[in-house]
Amino acid sequence: MSTESTAAPEVKANRDESGGSLWTDAWRRLKKNKPAMVGLFFIILLVFVALTADFIAPAGPYTQDLGARLSKPGAHRAIGGGGLYLLGSDQLGRDILSRIIHGSRVSLAVGLVSEFIVSFLGISLGAIAGYYGGKADAWIMRLSDIMFAFPDLLFAIGIMFALGPNIFNVFIALGVVGWAGMARLVRSQILSLKEMEFIESARAQGISDFRIIVRHLLPNCLGPIIVSITLGIPGAILGEAGLSFLGLGAQPPMASWGSMIYDARPYFSTFPYFSIFPGVAIMIVVFAFNLFGDGLRDALDPRLKN
Amino acid sequence: MLQFIARRLLAAIPVLIGVSLITFILMNVVPGDPISAMMEKRADEATIQKLRHAYGLDRPLYLQYLSFVGHAARGDLGRSFRTDQPVTEALAQHFPATVKLALSSMIVGMLLGLAVGIISAVKQYSVFDHGSMVLALSFISAPIFWVAILLQILFGLYWKVLPISGYSGWTYMVLPAFVLGSRYAASIARLTRSSLLETVRQDYIRTARAKGLTERVVIFKHALKNAMIPVITVIGLQIGGLLTGAILTESVFAIPGLGRLAISAINHRDFPLIQGTVLFTAVVYVLANIIVDISYAYLDPRIRLQ
Repeated sequence: MSTESTAAPEVKANRDESGGSLWTDAWRRLKKNKPAMVGLFFIILLVFVALTADFIAPAGPYTQDLGARLSKPGAHRAIGGGGLYLLGSDQLGRDILSRIIHGSRVSLAVGLVSEFIVSFLGISLGAIAGYYGGKADAWIMRLSDIMFAFPDLLFAIGIMFALGPNIFNVFIALGVVGWAGMARLVRSQILSLKEMEFIESARAQGISDFRIIVRHLLPNCLGPIIVSITLGIPGAILGEAGLSFLGLGAQPPMASWGSMIYDARPYFSTFPYFSIFPGVAIMIVVFAFNLFGDGLRDALDPRLKN
Repeated sequence: MLQFIARRLLAAIPVLIGVSLITFILMNVVPGDPISAMMEKRADEATIQKLRHAYGLDRPLYLQYLSFVGHAARGDLGRSFRTDQPVTEALAQHFPATVKLALSSMIVGMLLGLAVGIISAVKQYSVFDHGSMVLALSFISAPIFWVAILLQILFGLYWKVLPISGYSGWTYMVLPAFVLGSRYAASIARLTRSSLLETVRQDYIRTARAKGLTERVVIFKHALKNAMIPVITVIGLQIGGLLTGAILTESVFAIPGLGRLAISAINHRDFPLIQGTVLFTAVVYVLANIIVDISYAYLDPRIRLQ
């Protein structure tokens, strides 16, 4: 409890300076958190690389150089204007660095799209369950119990099998797998908020249920929702990598980090670079999101920080 | 306590029904139907019709579902399309390897995780603390199959101390158990650390210290017991992650477990086998969670009353 007594006056002091809201306070705390800032830096870098992949990649992700298959990092490139294979080339002579750069798009897209699906399903179902209670709540919660009864990857594998392996189905599979956790989070937040006076007053004014949920309840649970999304993105990225590694995700010739490691499997003993570099990319990005998410959680709820 | 166990078991029944229904739906939304999907274009229409009738796939879906559940409840999951082996027999053959992998990883994870977590908390902000927490987050961030490949390269090819893959003796289990266990250890270490740090700030610990008890007694006799409650919850919650990780780990190390069974069934589009494996794994997961809940209630009497 000693943390709270020391942290509280500091927060108040900050607020007096700027008259800042929850968000500016949180941002101020976040800025002081070095690991979170390092995470944010790498996230921005990922977004930059994904957006500019066509310009910064030294070669096309599909450009084959069959004369230079599995060349070591630093080998000279014979085609496409020369240059080096900085990270080597793969089994079809494609530049590994360029494929990693283009693969960032897949990882970013998987993280964003599947978390969008998770949020859309989870927030709407969680809000309905929490706000209306009763039968709707009971059905939605039973459904989420059932979802929790499947290990994540197993369920995603089932969906991929049913829908067929391609990257769009990975979005859907990972989105459908994740909604239950979000629904429970939103439900519990709304359960504790809906009895508060400001909601009672909104109701007394005759404001519609939809408006109360969207304008009054959800903005007040935005903090935990954002943290959950931030920490869900690395989960989705790892999920895509896992599915692609099993051959159920991105299909050739698409450059995804998981599928690159899948392609590299036959060569892991003779040409280890091929499996190592895409994995490093995954690890850095997931690590960055985890650092940033942890920092965000601490910043939005200073009580949790130790 | 008995009442709690009974309640928990009863609550599992609707979940299991839901699990069987969702598994069935997943397997039956596949475009076309199982037989033509399996045969692709290798059989003519008449043969497909004959097979559909033989497997009862020409009946209405709800009848198919009822017969699936009815047989499943009596321990009959049908026969593999490909090998004609009863699905339950295939499951019985592959289950022990997965259990062995999961249990040994759990032991590695708990021992390693608890030790690192406790030392980190006691020596907060030390080099060990910072180092091990960065390492823990790295293990959480790295794709498990990639860690597996790295360790194969390092221990199997470079140092040549452990077998790379296969399943014939305990040395074959060392790398897989460590790979899967390290990820488990990482989350347990992080949680043990934060939970223990929170506990030692409480008043009763201050009292214990004021009495002049040694630090060892304070930590191990007083703090650790209460700090363990959230850790045990997470150990339970991670069982799903363990099964998911097992699928990927088995695939890298060629361990003949449920994960390998599921992947090979998918590659051969062997519907009864996939359906059976998914259902069986989900049931195992539900039962494992019940066991965790019961042990949790045993350790923390407050739970029983909820």
